[in-house]
Amino acid sequence: MIDAPIEEVWAVLRDFNSHSAWHPAVGPSTMENGEPPDQVGCVRDFILKDGSHIREQLLALSDRDYVSTYCILEASLPMRNYVATVQLKRVTDGDRTFWHWESTFDAPRGRERELEELVGGGVYEAGFTGLAAYLRRDGRALSHPHAVDAPRAVDSEGIVATSFGGPDVLQRRRVDAPAPKSGEVRLRQTAVGVNYIDVYIRTGLYRMVEPPAAIGMEAAGVVVESNAPGFRPGDRVAYACTPPGAYVTMRTLPATQLVGLPDYVSDETAAALMLKGMTAECLLHRTHRVKPGDVVLVHAAAGGVGLLLCQWASALGARVVGTVSSEAKAELARAAGCEHPIVTRSYAFAEKTKQLSGGRGADVIYDGLGHQAAQENLAALAMRGHWVSHGHATGILEPVNLSGKSGTFSQPVLFHYTAEFLRQIAGHVFAALRDGILKADVRHRYPLGAAGDAHRDLEARRTTGQIVLLP
Amino acid sequence: MIKVYTSSVIDAPAEAVWARVRDFNGLPQWTPFVVESRIEERQPPDRIGCVRNFRLRDGGVIRERLLALSDYDYQCSYSILESPMGVENYVATLKLTPITDGNRTFAEWWAEFDCAPEREAALAEQIGHGVFQAAFDSLKKAFAR
Repeated sequence: MIDAPIEEVWAVLRDFNSHSAWHPAVGPSTMENGEPPDQVGCVRDFILKDGSHIREQLLALSDRDYVSTYCILEASLPMRNYVATVQLKRVTDGDRTFWHWESTFDAPRGRERELEELVGGGVYEAGFTGLAAYLRRDGRALSHPHAVDAPRAVDSEGIVATSFGGPDVLQRRRVDAPAPKSGEVRLRQTAVGVNYIDVYIRTGLYRMVEPPAAIGMEAAGVVVESNAPGFRPGDRVAYACTPPGAYVTMRTLPATQLVGLPDYVSDETAAALMLKGMTAECLLHRTHRVKPGDVVLVHAAAGGVGLLLCQWASALGARVVGTVSSEAKAELARAAGCEHPIVTRSYAFAEKTKQLSGGRGADVIYDGLGHQAAQENLAALAMRGHWVSHGHATGILEPVNLSGKSGTFSQPVLFHYTAEFLRQIAGHVFAALRDGILKADVRHRYPLGAAGDAHRDLEARRTTGQIVLLP
Repeated sequence: MIKVYTSSVIDAPAEAVWARVRDFNGLPQWTPFVVESRIEERQPPDRIGCVRNFRLRDGGVIRERLLALSDYDYQCSYSILESPMGVENYVATLKLTPITDGNRTFAEWWAEFDCAPEREAALAEQIGHGVFQAAFDSLKKAFAR
C-alpha cells in the first residue's frame, strides 16, 4: 500500500527510467537510443549499486489500467525468461494506492528460493519502501529546500582568470554560490578536473568567459542543498558542462547537468574522468563508430583523453597507433593499449603510421594537435578515412582539402552530445570503469590554490594521465 | 454505455498480424476507410499517450489517444478525443490471440461508449461492421496465403 493518490504514484511508475531516483538498489540508469521512457519497446540500461549491469525492455504500458510489464534482456543473475508486471489499483477508501508487483522466471535447480528472496525482498520490497519515501520526500524538497551543513548565503572561493594570459593570471578570489533556484542544486566540491580546454579558455583561444571569471569544466562533490527532485543532500554527484567555473569550493548548478555517482566511482576518479571519459565515449562510439580491425591514430596518446582513447579503442578491437613526445610516455601509452607509440617532438608520424598499418594509413585520426600536425595528418589518413578534430594544442586547424583521400572531417563538441544524451554517455563511461576497460590514472594532485602550477606543468608537457585539484 | 464487439480469424501467425496492427499511425495501411494519418507533436506511435489524427474516406477527421499497448499480450487500447460520430467516453481495445491449431490469429475488437439511445443501433452497425469488420476483412485479404 502506498499512502498517495494513484495518479501521483502512476506518474512516477509509468516513467520506465525513474527507478534510479527512488529504488535504493539502482544506480545510474539510461534509456537506450534516447527513446522516451513511455514508448513501448524502449530499453533501460542500468547498473545496480553492487555493480551488476542489467538491461530491461518495456513490453506493455497502460495509462488506463495502470499496468507496466517488462522483461530482462541481459543480466548477470541466472534467471531466464524474467517477465515482471507492476499493477496499481485505486483504494477509494483513503485515496491510497494498492501496488502489486509480480514476476515469473526460470531459475537453476536449487537456486529458486535464493532468487525468489532476492527478487521479492531485495527488489520488490526495497522498491516499495523506496518509492513511498521518494513520494514523501519529493513533496518536501519542492516546498522547502533542504540544507544539511550549509547556511543560506554561502561563502565560496575559487580560482579566477583575472585576464587572458599565462598561468599567472589565475588568482584566488571569492566566488558566489547562490541559493539554488527551482531545478538547481548547490554542492560542496571534493575534486576538480583539469583539462587542456581550461588552458584554451585561460589564454582566450576559446572565448568562453570574459575575465575576471572562474574557469574549469568538471568536478565531483556532495549535494548540500537541493531545489530539484531526484537530488537529496548527501548525494554524490559529478558534472562536466558549460559554462566554465568548476575551479571552486562550492557551486550552484542546474540538476539536469548532474550525474549521480555509483559506489564504485570515487570523487577523484569522477573529477578526473567525466569530461575526458565522456569525450572518449563520444569520439569512439558516436562521432565515429570504431570497429574491430580499424587502424586508429591517437595523438597525445599518453595525455588525459589520449590514454582513455587507447584503452577503449583497443578494447573495441582496433589497432591503436599513437604519437607521444618521449620514451617514458611511449611506455605509458603502450601499457594502455597503444600497440605502436611513435615518439616525435616535431609532429612527424605519417610515414611510420603507414608502415605500421601495412601501407593503409589510419581509418580514424583523433586529432588533438591541430595546426602544426595538419600536413602529416592528411598524409597519415587512410583512403575514405575519418579525421576527427577535437583539440588544438598547436593552434587552430585551417580547412583542409580532403578530396585526395575522399576523407571525412568532423569537429565534435562534447556539449552538443551531452545536451541530449548526458545520462547515457555517463552511464557508458561508468560501465567501462566498472568493467575495467577504462582505468583512471590520476598522477598529479594540486591544492585548488595551486591551479597555476597545474597549468604550467600541463603546458610544459611535464604531465601524464589526469590532473585533479583538491579544494 | 453500449458495447460493440467484433471478432474474426485471420489466417496468419499472431506475431505477423501484431506487427502490422501495432503501429498506431498505420490505419491507412491496413484499413480501407482511412486515407491519411499522423501522430500529433511528432511523437513515436508506440509512446503511450500519443494522439493520432486521421482522415476518413468520407472526409471526417478523428483524433484518438493511445492508452495502452502490450507487445506481450498483443493488444492496444485507445480513446476518442474528437470525432463526427456523436459518441462520448469512447474507449476501444484491439486484441490478438494466437490460435495454435493452424498457427492463425483470433482477432477481437471492441468499443464501449455513450450515445443518444435512438442512435445506438445505427452506431453499433457503423462501428461493428463499417469499421471493425471492414478492417478485419482487409487484414484477411492482406494475409491470404
